[in-house]
Amino acid sequence: MKESIFEILSNTKIAADIYKMELEGDISDISRPGQFVNIKIEGLFLRRPISVCDAQNGVLTLIYKVVGQGTEIMAQAGKGVRLSLLTGLGNGYDTSKSGEFPLLIGGGVGVPPLYMLCKKLISEGKSVKAALGFNKAEEIILAKDLKALGAEVYIATVDGSAGVRGFVTDAIRDLDYSYFYACGPLPMFRAVEKVAKTSGQYSFEERMGCGFGACMGCSCKTKYGNKRICRDGPVLEREEIIW
Amino acid sequence: MVSTKVNLCGLSLDNPIIPASGTFGFGYEFAELYDINILGTFSFKGTTKEPRFGNPTPRIAECPSGMLNAVGLQNPGVDKVISQELPRLKKCFDKPVMANVSGFSVDDYAYTCERLDKENQVGWLEVNISCPNVHGGGMSFGTDPKAAAAVTRAVKKVTKKPVIIKLSPNVSDIVSIAIACKEAGADGLSLINTLLGMRIDKKTRKPVLANTTGGYSGPAVFPVALRMVYQVYEAVKIPIVGMGGISSAEDVIEMMLAGATAVEVGAANLVDPYASKKIINDLPRVMEKYKINNLSEIIGGAH
Repeated sequence: MKESIFEILSNTKIAADIYKMELEGDISDISRPGQFVNIKIEGLFLRRPISVCDAQNGVLTLIYKVVGQGTEIMAQAGKGVRLSLLTGLGNGYDTSKSGEFPLLIGGGVGVPPLYMLCKKLISEGKSVKAALGFNKAEEIILAKDLKALGAEVYIATVDGSAGVRGFVTDAIRDLDYSYFYACGPLPMFRAVEKVAKTSGQYSFEERMGCGFGACMGCSCKTKYGNKRICRDGPVLEREEIIW
Repeated sequence: MVSTKVNLCGLSLDNPIIPASGTFGFGYEFAELYDINILGTFSFKGTTKEPRFGNPTPRIAECPSGMLNAVGLQNPGVDKVISQELPRLKKCFDKPVMANVSGFSVDDYAYTCERLDKENQVGWLEVNISCPNVHGGGMSFGTDPKAAAAVTRAVKKVTKKPVIIKLSPNVSDIVSIAIACKEAGADGLSLINTLLGMRIDKKTRKPVLANTTGGYSGPAVFPVALRMVYQVYEAVKIPIVGMGGISSAEDVIEMMLAGATAVEVGAANLVDPYASKKIINDLPRVMEKYKINNLSEIIGGAH
């Protein structure tokens, strides 16, 4: 973990209620895809945890959805604004277990951390499929970017305005894969859990106090004992999760 | 050269800065960031007789200049604290540590304190009779002078280490509780624990916290804490550890003027993991600003 100041390079709306923020700063502590940063926001007490979409060449990319007070303020911040970030938080995804043809499963604003994961898996020579679920076509994010990295992308939308009509689980039913990595809302995880054919990893979300393991604000029970989502997670293995 | 040394119940502290229980774990998350031996000491995670998972999540909510928590005393239980946490702590912390203890009966408190009394590194027992987030324990002992005295007496019987009773602000008269603890033999008092509060999610129309209510901490509560320390200092002549919203060296000076011998830093550690270190580094400069040579001389200076 590292505390440092980042400067906003750009902050633009890329889909309904969804923003992409690029920041310049010290990304040396971000070691794995699936980690997050905790951002100090002017006027608020607690930092806001946001998953890392990408980090390279000194530029950190975050894609976030406006869901409350913190993200509303973030969406207003323009180029040049300086923010205090804690970086390198969370365990992140373990790519060593992926096998040769892993599947990424993303729902809505859970998709961004899969981008950096996809990059890493492809750099390791793996053949990646990505199944992404959204409510409607206007909410689709990162599908083209994942394709550009070399992933086979499958889309599902609830209203059928793009890809398969239905949930992401409808898009993965007939796919073959060696392992899976999921990020998205809890109902999506429960649905994935029913149909997944292999072992895999899920990245969880929880309201956090500190984000680095001190306050016990985001604890959960697992088959291997109590874990802190912020420090021992956010990524948990399928086998340890108590649903 | 200014002196930041203070004496807390017979043990000397290099400075009065003590990270508060529940915001500093057992120290090692912070020891990865800086040498925690610079601290006066720290109060470790509230420990109970049995292991506890605590409350369901969400346990945390944003508030104006602060936060609510309803963790509910998650801890591995005194057996594991002694067999696992303390040996690990010893590797990164050389000083006496403050053991924070909670319970659900007078016997629970006595049992846990008796076990921790045998640990060499434990310098003080901070007995939490004020946790607002558990039912049938914690705060229920801290809101009644008789119950507070009963816990104090029971704990004093099983230890020779200084006993500091941690008081709740969620009472009509904190002074009467303080006097009851002192008369029952408390060596010191620490105050305040968090203030009971709640938030409601306007979209779902439900409480934000799964526990409905939680404890409010952070800079917002500083004036309340300061007032209570001031009042308790007038009434009892045993050392007070002041806490509640402290986030700067300026706050430390103010809390000591109100009557605190030492201070605990809580919520500030969670938003800035270096908060306690920054306060310690800043203290000499702020002391010079207010022409203070010896920090211990200002204790209760506002009275």
